[in-house]
Amino acid sequence: MIRAGAHALWSYWARHRLQLAVVIIGLALATGLWTGVQAINAEARASYDRAATTLGQTQFSHITRNDAPLRIKDFVVLRRAGWLVSPLVRGTLRGTGIEVVGFDPFTAPINTTFPDLSGDGDLSKFLSSPGMIFAHPDTVDLLPENVPPVRILETVPPDQILTDVTIAMSLLKRDTLSSILVLGVQPERRLPLVDVNAEYIITEPAQRSDMARLTDSFHLNLTAFGLLSFAVGLFIVYSAIGLAFEQRRVLFRTLRALGLSRCSLMYLLASEALVLATLGGGVGVVLGYIMAAALLPGVAATLSGLYGASVSGSLSLNPFWWLIGFGMAYFGAAVAVSGNLWQMSRLSILAPAMPRAWLVAGANTARLQAIVGSFLILLSLLLGIFGESLIAGFACLATMLLGAALLVPLALMSIVSLLSRSSRGVISQWIWADTRQQIQPMSLALMALMLALAANVGVSTMVGSFRSTFTGWLDQRLASDLYITTRTSAEAVAFQEFVSADVESILPIVSADVRLAGSPGQVFGIKDHEIYRAQWPLLESVPDVWDRVAQGDGILVNEQLARREQLWTGNTLQVAADFQFEIVGVYSDYGNPAGQAFINYEIFEKRYPDITPLRFALNADNPSYLRDKIVAEFGLPRDNTINQQEVKAFSMQVFEQTFLITNALNVLTLGVAGFALWASLTTVAGMRLPQVAPVWALGFTRKSISVIEMSRSLLLAALTAVLAIPIGLGLAWILLAIVNVRAFGWRLPIEFFPWDWAQLFIWAFLAAALAAAMPMRKLMKLPPSDLLKVFANER
Amino acid sequence: MNLLHVNNVTKSFETGEGTLSVLNGVSLELSSGKSLALTGESGSGKSTLLYLIGGLDVPDEGRIEILGQDIANLDDPQRAALRRGTVGVVFQQFNLIPSLNVAANLSFHARLSGSEDKLWTEHLVHYLGLGSLLDRFPEQLSGGQQQRVAIGRTLAARPALILADEPTGNLDEATADVVMNLLLELVQESGAGLLIVTHSLRLAKRLDHQVNLQAGLIA
Repeated sequence: MIRAGAHALWSYWARHRLQLAVVIIGLALATGLWTGVQAINAEARASYDRAATTLGQTQFSHITRNDAPLRIKDFVVLRRAGWLVSPLVRGTLRGTGIEVVGFDPFTAPINTTFPDLSGDGDLSKFLSSPGMIFAHPDTVDLLPENVPPVRILETVPPDQILTDVTIAMSLLKRDTLSSILVLGVQPERRLPLVDVNAEYIITEPAQRSDMARLTDSFHLNLTAFGLLSFAVGLFIVYSAIGLAFEQRRVLFRTLRALGLSRCSLMYLLASEALVLATLGGGVGVVLGYIMAAALLPGVAATLSGLYGASVSGSLSLNPFWWLIGFGMAYFGAAVAVSGNLWQMSRLSILAPAMPRAWLVAGANTARLQAIVGSFLILLSLLLGIFGESLIAGFACLATMLLGAALLVPLALMSIVSLLSRSSRGVISQWIWADTRQQIQPMSLALMALMLALAANVGVSTMVGSFRSTFTGWLDQRLASDLYITTRTSAEAVAFQEFVSADVESILPIVSADVRLAGSPGQVFGIKDHEIYRAQWPLLESVPDVWDRVAQGDGILVNEQLARREQLWTGNTLQVAADFQFEIVGVYSDYGNPAGQAFINYEIFEKRYPDITPLRFALNADNPSYLRDKIVAEFGLPRDNTINQQEVKAFSMQVFEQTFLITNALNVLTLGVAGFALWASLTTVAGMRLPQVAPVWALGFTRKSISVIEMSRSLLLAALTAVLAIPIGLGLAWILLAIVNVRAFGWRLPIEFFPWDWAQLFIWAFLAAALAAAMPMRKLMKLPPSDLLKVFANER
Repeated sequence: MNLLHVNNVTKSFETGEGTLSVLNGVSLELSSGKSLALTGESGSGKSTLLYLIGGLDVPDEGRIEILGQDIANLDDPQRAALRRGTVGVVFQQFNLIPSLNVAANLSFHARLSGSEDKLWTEHLVHYLGLGSLLDRFPEQLSGGQQQRVAIGRTLAARPALILADEPTGNLDEATADVVMNLLLELVQESGAGLLIVTHSLRLAKRLDHQVNLQAGLIA
């Protein structure tokens, strides 16, 4: 009986191959986009973890100095005091973006991914001049010529090189250590750290790498988009499976009447969903891999530009996200089927074949949908007002989008009812009435379209607001004409003397790595100057802010630090135990994830006497002339002399790259929604015959009915696009005012771009026209004999 | 001039198993105000002939004249105009427009043809006993009620020729009698010609003429 039942159910798919393809493609698109995003995230996180393991960041405690940078002598002092420690140097090789990691082969912990030097002569080559560096094969070609001999090692993360600590210092042109690793097991008879030097601070190993934490919001963003794409794909599956249930209701009744129990039928339908999910999931995982492989280089470039994170541009196969992909496909199929199964389980044996029973069930679903939608909007409001975490921000976003999507059919129904009131003609009255009736069967596709369009409006508004604010902010922050980096302290002194006659101002740029309110940050020393007073982008300040900074009793903090630690004007910021200031102003600092503070230059010099300024901002009448003159005099590499325009261009390039992946996902999501619309119109077209055939019989031509059908699709798409605009703006507002603040620590003003909406409107119109074109052509060419079947007794 | 003149009409369909001849040279006539019953076994071509007369399909050969106009050579828009203005069809499945309520369904055809007569429609509503059902939608009506609306819709347009395909086939005997009485009375009142396809000999006997089709030919 079960076998016969299964055969009867599957015979439906054999005769409706297009519908079967729609279900499988829907599941494949949903899981494909989701697994693609997960694969990208997994690859990036694996890269951070590899880098963090190399640096021992997540395994060992670190020692730093409160009062000055660490040097080799600090390492020696600690060893003599009985501490098992190992020095570590890290920094970026100038002009390349490659991270240099220097370690000591005698003391380096054995559990890290430092290379094995136990081979014949390896250790002596590593330590003796000119030394040796280890690099990933992808990094070798990026290295400058003047580095020591390279040995290829696959385990080294891309864009990173490993070498001896002294060679690293030489490559980085510095004499300080980044940190000192404290090895796992320490001798009992060692001096307490405070007795070795009271300025030493020990930091416990991080639960997760700094990079992982910094990039969390980026990956959360990607995940959110993946989830949105999954939801849009799910609408396709839900719609196609719902249709399959609707069309087979007579078959269900017959099977039940012939003795197949309710349980057996439900079991068969659930098994059918399982098979469909396996097929769709399999195709989806392959699609996801292809998508991830195509997008990963762009993501790697974005992460590198934004955070300096090094991510491999090639994708490795990970069984975990394969399984996740299948899991999502099963979940999607379960969501799509469960509602229909539940509905069927509650209907009596003859009810499945009675349209009215299903209609009532459908009306109940619509009512429930509207109630749930309203509830979700309310929940979104509450999360926006009372939620504090980033997760709550995304939950606010998700509930708003889902709630709005669920309310789309009701909103469309109301608009169409309103529009129909003004119609007088018989044809227009029929068109409006029929359109109203079409909304429910097409609701899932329209909801998917609305989600995709709202996401587009939201993201383009966010990116547009970002771009506009960022450009203005760059003009304020990069007020100087020329930025020069000298190579040594001596050169810096000579440089200042050399340019003094040609410049209106010369402002040193000097900073120290410190912990601000417990997190890694930077403190800068700035000279009192008109440029800062006139242009610095202050968000809030005390009235005499610049005088206070100049006097040395005030500190400026960036918005990120202020929001994260709730440190605003009037609060006190402790830079070190004996080094604290009153906050006199907060400035915007877009794109920087870390805390930052500005103090008076003289105070900085006194506190950090070892740090001398190597970078300078110059203002001059003729920057190009001055730049040539400086290069000719000091022989500085081009990278060390940057004019304002280049910095702005580079910053904008980083900015544009940041949203490359977002734009790609945006387009993909819209494509999926277009497919959903096409699938819905194509499958619904078959069910439309009984509704259009009487109209044809009463005197309409097939052509005029086709034109009406097309107009209806365009109208519904246009109305959905209009609805998507406020929803998209709501989405943008949540992204800018809630998610962005919680993820990055700063808030942007929202700006509107009606031209973008108009373009999107045209895209939606085109998508709807394309989606409706095939069913319309089919209807136009439909032989009268097919329409006559509607009236035939045997139908 | 006859209202309807069918002369030597043939029609065949292509099937998976070859060409199927449904009508093999059928001829018949009908005058205004008269009724004709088309009977025959299933597959004898009754409905096909009705659809050809209604301009819903075109014959392979032969002439079909309605009010002197040969409809066999009309193009799609002209056939649509014929269905709007001259011919009215009542189907076995009722085929009301599900998105419109009873009132809108009743006046739909008449408004399409530009021949709406509110008094006549009101008369039909009263006569067909639909007064209390005007705000309901088709799925909220019984079979008999739906067929009464379908008849009303056709008659409201005052077509010259009314075609009915098994109009009582989906109804029980008592309801079928009520519906048929209404149809015949109203057709007589409107002066239209009526052609009914039916299996029922009892019903056929109530009409002016009977034609029996067998294997695509008039027996």
